[in-house]
This record gives sequence, structure tokens and C-alpha cells, in this order.
Amino acid sequence: MLLDKSIQKLSDLIKRKEISSVQLVEEAYARIETLNPRLNVFTTLRKKEEVLREAQEADTRDPVTPLHGLPYAIKDAYATQDIRTTASSNVLKDFVPPYDSTVYKKLKKAGAILLGKTNMDAWGHGATTENTDFGPTKNPWDLTRVAGGSSGGSAVAVAVRFVAFAMGEDTGGSIRNPAAWTNTTGLKVTYGRVSRYGAAAYASSFDTMGPLGKTVEDCACVLEHIAGIDPYDGSSSPEPVKQYQKILDVSLQKKVIAIPKELFEKGIDPEIRQMILQTKKVFENLGITIQETSMPLLDYALPVYYFIGPSETSSNLARYDGIRYGQNRDHFTPETIRRIMIGTYALSAGYYDAFYKKAQRVRTMLIQEYERVFRACDAILMPVTPTSPSKIGELMNDPLQNILADMYTTSQNPVGVPSLAIPCGFTSSKLPIGMQLIGKKFSEDLLFAIGHQYQVATSWHKTLPPIFTTKKEGV
Amino acid sequence: MKSDNITTDVIKHLAHLASLNITDDQVKTFQSQLNSILEYMSKIQQLNTDNVEETTNVNGLTNVFREDIIDESRMFSQDEALKNAIRIYHGYFVVDAILE
Repeated sequence: MLLDKSIQKLSDLIKRKEISSVQLVEEAYARIETLNPRLNVFTTLRKKEEVLREAQEADTRDPVTPLHGLPYAIKDAYATQDIRTTASSNVLKDFVPPYDSTVYKKLKKAGAILLGKTNMDAWGHGATTENTDFGPTKNPWDLTRVAGGSSGGSAVAVAVRFVAFAMGEDTGGSIRNPAAWTNTTGLKVTYGRVSRYGAAAYASSFDTMGPLGKTVEDCACVLEHIAGIDPYDGSSSPEPVKQYQKILDVSLQKKVIAIPKELFEKGIDPEIRQMILQTKKVFENLGITIQETSMPLLDYALPVYYFIGPSETSSNLARYDGIRYGQNRDHFTPETIRRIMIGTYALSAGYYDAFYKKAQRVRTMLIQEYERVFRACDAILMPVTPTSPSKIGELMNDPLQNILADMYTTSQNPVGVPSLAIPCGFTSSKLPIGMQLIGKKFSEDLLFAIGHQYQVATSWHKTLPPIFTTKKEGV
Repeated sequence: MKSDNITTDVIKHLAHLASLNITDDQVKTFQSQLNSILEYMSKIQQLNTDNVEETTNVNGLTNVFREDIIDESRMFSQDEALKNAIRIYHGYFVVDAILE
């Protein structure tokens, strides 16, 4: 299976002409044909002939980047010219964008080959990829369970090696949560690190575009090619982009990782708690010091997120009037209607001060809380999810329980800090567990170094889901 | 701020403000769901935020300007601009009449 190899390895093989892009695309489509009917990864899968033509063309050129000729998938939130872009909502079920998002344009320029658009919670509204008008994406570790979300399709595409890597989008855990639940690695970047231009907006001051991959090293490679300032996104940062892959092996001696004790006290599955705390040993062997810390304000992150996120989404989704493009507003799902209504409420006369403004003030306090902790450490270790992936349908009718699944991943977006989700074990029923390492703004390089060296010392991320070994697949 | 003041009338008002058509059954469902969500979220009211500034954006940038130059490579033709619209007429978007 070629697509189980790292991006660097595949790139070397392509450069030496030992394998071709055509071969990778053929392998990808063979596996998609066999496994995808049970997983439902794509909202739009491109025609194989069309993609093969691009691969053939790529094979005639000399690679200029390590992504050259590699198949990938992109969340259906990214505008792709002439390829339908739905955000997994019936509102956009026939929308074919006349322009490209910046990330897609950059990946095209880097020579990567797009296979398809991946399923998600509509508009990013959810943590399970069930709030979609295209049917839920299934978890390859247990087909009766959700894949996580909202970037569920992208995470599963990587988990079952349909692609070399995939692009997601994270507003409150939407990359990290499905990464943790599918045994893949995912990066939520610093706000502004990657252009948001052309990506369907959920909450504009929280939205971040990032990669999902088999390894930290692969995510580092992808970030190098998508990051940077963009004249079409006024919130993108002029901060220089580092060559992340070259600094993965820096010494971690004397680095400090803090663990907020409150997060491990209640509400967390004991198996998940144990596996995350077990990672301490690995970090200590890398020369890192582990310190306990306290972040009591994290308890207020969910309300901050659920006032500001819906407020921004109620404003962003106001544009969908069915006039210039898309269907009318009758096509929103109940979950999306709920979020628009909460946002409308928080912004409405009489409640604006009590809810929206209050949340923006608590957001400032959250930022200060992170700043305080980062004065004494280089990274913070947290769980990604309090529980294993839920059964399909289990949380759909209980919006509050659904919200609580995001308890560890919603504080980082209002603050703007980067976070890397990494596999760190399995439950006794063989469901993946993820941890996240949160860094100071623009410290993706350090998160990558810690994560990479953790993955060199461990093998959780290499374990493939059982869907590969169950009868009749043979791929 | 107690959140048990979300009545069915408030739900209907919110739906109207957000231009959402919802059924009477949905009004009741959303009322109970929004009340339970807001009850949980109201815990931020416990925090003292006197003298705390609001944060609206975290990228630290101010006054991001660009030259006011037309980039013709990004311009849509009339056909491109119209091709995703459901109702068009002689090169125009069609909207419902707003005046009697």
C-alpha cells in the first residue's frame, strides 16, 4: 500500500521515478471503490479519468515540491473552481464556484492532485459529521460510530489511506476532534497563519484552515505549502513561514509542558485520562519537563464559544438568500437553524450586552489565562475529547450533550493559539484516543518538533483501522 | 440574566429576524432546546468582567490596506456571475417584489 508511506518517502520515490502519480491515483481509486460505500467520505468525488489525466500530466513534469503528484482531499468548505462546493448543506447542493480558495490554489500550484471534496457537518456546525445533508461519515474503527467533525470526511480519508493528506477547517475542534477519533494527526493553526479566503465562513474570528495527515511530519510538510499572508484575507498574518520540516529534530531539552489539572478531574472517560497522562513518560524521555498547572477559566470556554460562534455564524449565513447562488433559507438543517437563532438572540437588542459583549470580555480573560500559563511553559497538554466517538444518531437529538463533546477544543479558537492533535493510544474496545499540544501563537514549529519526536518514540499513529483486515477487502 | 424568558414568542421573533421559516412544532422544540443550552451557557454571568476590555479579533493586525487596483484576472463575466443563480432574466438576477 503506497499511500501508507510518508509524504517525504512518496516524494522521493516520485522524484526517482520509481513510482508515478498515476500509480498513486489508481491505488487511491481502487481503495475508494472498495471501502467508501461503507464510509461515505465524499460529497463530491472527482471522475477518475479526469484526475488520471492530471496525474499523467504531473508525471511529465519535474517535481518542484514534495506534494507533487500526491493525491489529496479537501473539506467541502473550500471553494474549488468548476468543482461543486456544498459545505455539506442543501443550500449549496448545486453551487459550482467560479473561483478558487487560496489554499486550493496553493496546493494546485504545489502539484498536489485533488481527488474530491469531503463530507462535513454543514457549515462546520457539529462535532460528528452527522449534521450533513449527504448522510453521516462512518468511523473506520467502528462503522456504527461517528467519525467526529466537522472535518470528518477529511479525517477518514487519511485514516483509510484514500489520500496522502487532507485539508480540514477548525473553528472549535473541527480538525482535532475527528483526528483524535480516527487515529490521525491534525493541526489547528494559529489564527491568521493560513488564508481563509474562499472557505465557507462559520465564525470568522475563530476559523482556521489546517491539514490532517498520517503523521506530524506530513502535517509540517503541508503547512509549509499553504501558510502565509494573502492579500485576499485581511486577517492573514505577515509572520514569516518557517521551513517546519527542517526543524523537527531540534533538541527539546529543558522545554516545559504544562498539564491543567482541572481537565483531568471530572467529565473525562477514565481510559482516555489514563492514556493521556501516560504520555508524560515519553515526553520526559525526550528531555521535556512536565508541570502541573491550573486553568480554572477553561470551564467558561464553551459558553464563550457558543455565544460568539453562533453570533458570527448568524451574520455570516445571512448572505444565503437564494438569489445570486444557492437555495433559499428553508434548506438549513435544524442544527444550523439552532445556531443561527442562538446567535441572533445573543446579538439582539436587550441581550447584546448580557451575552455577546459579556462573552467577548470573558474571551479576553481566557487570552490572559493562556498568557499566564505560557509564561512558565512552552506547550500545554490537553485531551481532545472527553469520550470515545458516539454511536451514530446518539447525540443528534440532544444538542446540549452534543455541545459538551467540544469541551476541550473550544478554548483555543477564541484565543487564537495553535494546537496539534496526535494519536496517543486506544480504549479497551480499540477506539482511538487523541491528545492535543497547544502552543504560543505562531509556535507551530515547536509543536511539530514535540509531536514528531513523540511519534518517532511511539507507534500509535501507525496502527490501521480494522476495516482493512475484515473479510473481502484485500486492498 | 435568567434564560427561562425564552418564550415561543421570542423564538418566533428570532426566526423572523433571521428570516427562517419554522413550523409550530419546531417553535416548541427550539424553545426547550434553546432554554437548556442558554441555561448552561449563562454561567459566564458568574464572572466579574468589570474593567475587562472586549476582544473581537486575535490577529493583532490593524488597518490592513491594499492599493485600490482592479485585478482583471479576478473579474467575473456576466455569465459567470449569473451561472449559479436559480432565477435569472435577460442577464439579471430575479428577486421577489418588495413593494406592493
